[in-house]
Amino acid sequence: MADPMKIRANAVGDATEVKVLMNHEMETGQRKDAQGKTVPAWFIQNVTAAWNGKTVLSAQWGPAISKNPFLSFKFKGGAKGDKVQVTWVDNKGETRTDEATIA
Amino acid sequence: MTSTMRAAIAAIAFAIAAPAALAQGSTEKGIEAYRQALQDGNPAELWEARGEDLWKKRTGPKNASLEKCDLGLGPGVVKGAYAQMPRHFADADRVMDLETRLVWCRVNLQGMSEADAKRGPFGGPDRKSDIEALVAWITSESKGVTMAVSLDHPKMRENFELGKAIFFFRGGPHDFACATCHGEDGKRIRLQDLPNLTAKSGAQKGYTTWPAYRVSQGELRTFQWRLNDCFRQQRFPELEFGSPASIALTTFLAYNANGAAFAAPAIKR
Amino acid sequence: MNRQMMIGLAGTVAIVVAGCAAMQTGPTDPAIEAKAVEMMKTSFKDKGQAKLARLNQDETQHLCSVWGGKEMPKDVAEKIERANLALIKWPADGKLVGDWKQGEKIAQEGRGMQYSDSPTGPVGANCYACHQLSKQEVSYGTMGPSLHNFAKIRGYTEETRRYAWSKVWNAQAFSACTNMPRFGHNGILSEQQVRDVVALLVDPASPVNQ
Repeated sequence: MADPMKIRANAVGDATEVKVLMNHEMETGQRKDAQGKTVPAWFIQNVTAAWNGKTVLSAQWGPAISKNPFLSFKFKGGAKGDKVQVTWVDNKGETRTDEATIA
Repeated sequence: MTSTMRAAIAAIAFAIAAPAALAQGSTEKGIEAYRQALQDGNPAELWEARGEDLWKKRTGPKNASLEKCDLGLGPGVVKGAYAQMPRHFADADRVMDLETRLVWCRVNLQGMSEADAKRGPFGGPDRKSDIEALVAWITSESKGVTMAVSLDHPKMRENFELGKAIFFFRGGPHDFACATCHGEDGKRIRLQDLPNLTAKSGAQKGYTTWPAYRVSQGELRTFQWRLNDCFRQQRFPELEFGSPASIALTTFLAYNANGAAFAAPAIKR
Repeated sequence: MNRQMMIGLAGTVAIVVAGCAAMQTGPTDPAIEAKAVEMMKTSFKDKGQAKLARLNQDETQHLCSVWGGKEMPKDVAEKIERANLALIKWPADGKLVGDWKQGEKIAQEGRGMQYSDSPTGPVGANCYACHQLSKQEVSYGTMGPSLHNFAKIRGYTEETRRYAWSKVWNAQAFSACTNMPRFGHNGILSEQQVRDVVALLVDPASPVNQ
């Protein structure tokens, strides 16, 4: 099972700034192991973020994103105490959802 | 929480400002800009979070957590402990760095065998290291704290002197010592700046920015790893994890960094 | 906060003391040196091609270690240089200059003799790690002096070629305790590889001299 994300959400004026660190290998499918065998691609494909159940960000990712990705974004709205949920799904179908409270 | 954060940010800003002032030429400036861009969102935080959980988790034959582990400031006191390590521990009557102290606590508090407690000190893609995670969290609790390693105990003084001798020890087919690359100011290998660890400012800059998340490896690396991989490039045999020489060398370098604000876990290329 | 400041101050005082200790003029105390060597032998283990025997020092390594970070007396330095000068081997066929294109590859190659390297894989001199050589390579280190225009400055003479050979073979013959490895003497490079590196330095067609 994938390790948790680290999410920080801060109210900045009338917007919310969200910073997310994700635990993921993000294998490109281009790399070879010590035996010379290609390491299969394994990467996050979809990322969604929701504020109080409403989607505020939806992204499609590929193998060009680094290992242990860092994502920072802002959305209009959000108040201290509201919940922000982030979900990723990778190309193996594994998924992880974590939640943070807006500070 | 906010004051810790602020201290951490100040520490990072300090760490950036120093090399930026030294940087000459556009290549170095470009590399510096890249390093700066990495500062926001250091994945080391993922290791810190896992380490904090591991510290509190009951495990081992004694089903105990590490929460009573004494890092030198009393059982369970983590805040600021790393800034005074390595140190002499009376209960073990020897000098220990953080990694060896963690092994000691895992053996004595959690009842693990020494072999189990030492297993997997350096993680890779398929094997996460619990020691790296614990070190990430414990060191993060010293961010912004002034380095204050004491040589008052005779064994600390002796370890410092031994560490110094090891630092200058030349051997192997290339005649390399630690001092070969880290004994002069303002030098670099290819485009990589080398801190002069025999000078106070160099030792402070070098020592206080480990552990670090290495972007090129996608791993958080501890000071034990740093020493291990330096000796590999020195063409020496492998430095064993937690070995006496590794602790002596760490004592020498940590003491030379005294007076600086601890600034890790950092992020490096 | 006050307490922290006090710890900080204590640290500063301690550094001043250490600073004085570092200014000692003599070599490392033999008792400390012996204990450090003993400690190292129990702290390292064989891995791949890097065996524990690599910790056995020759006289040059020993002297450079105990005088590390200190002012070495002139007579000790001269002794090291004399001993190493006598160890330089010249090629049996007298041919000092090889192929600069091969030399450039050797100068770029950083692998070789680490326990992580294949024992049958390439072994380079990694000259660019420490020196500027050709102008085209911008990723060069500054541990050693720039070698750009090495022979253009010194002249395309036999003397320059002999100097290049002996410096690459055993740099300690010219400058005691230099950081530069003794590539020929310690068997890092083969005789042919030394020839090719010499060519990179002295061949008028080499990018180093452009």
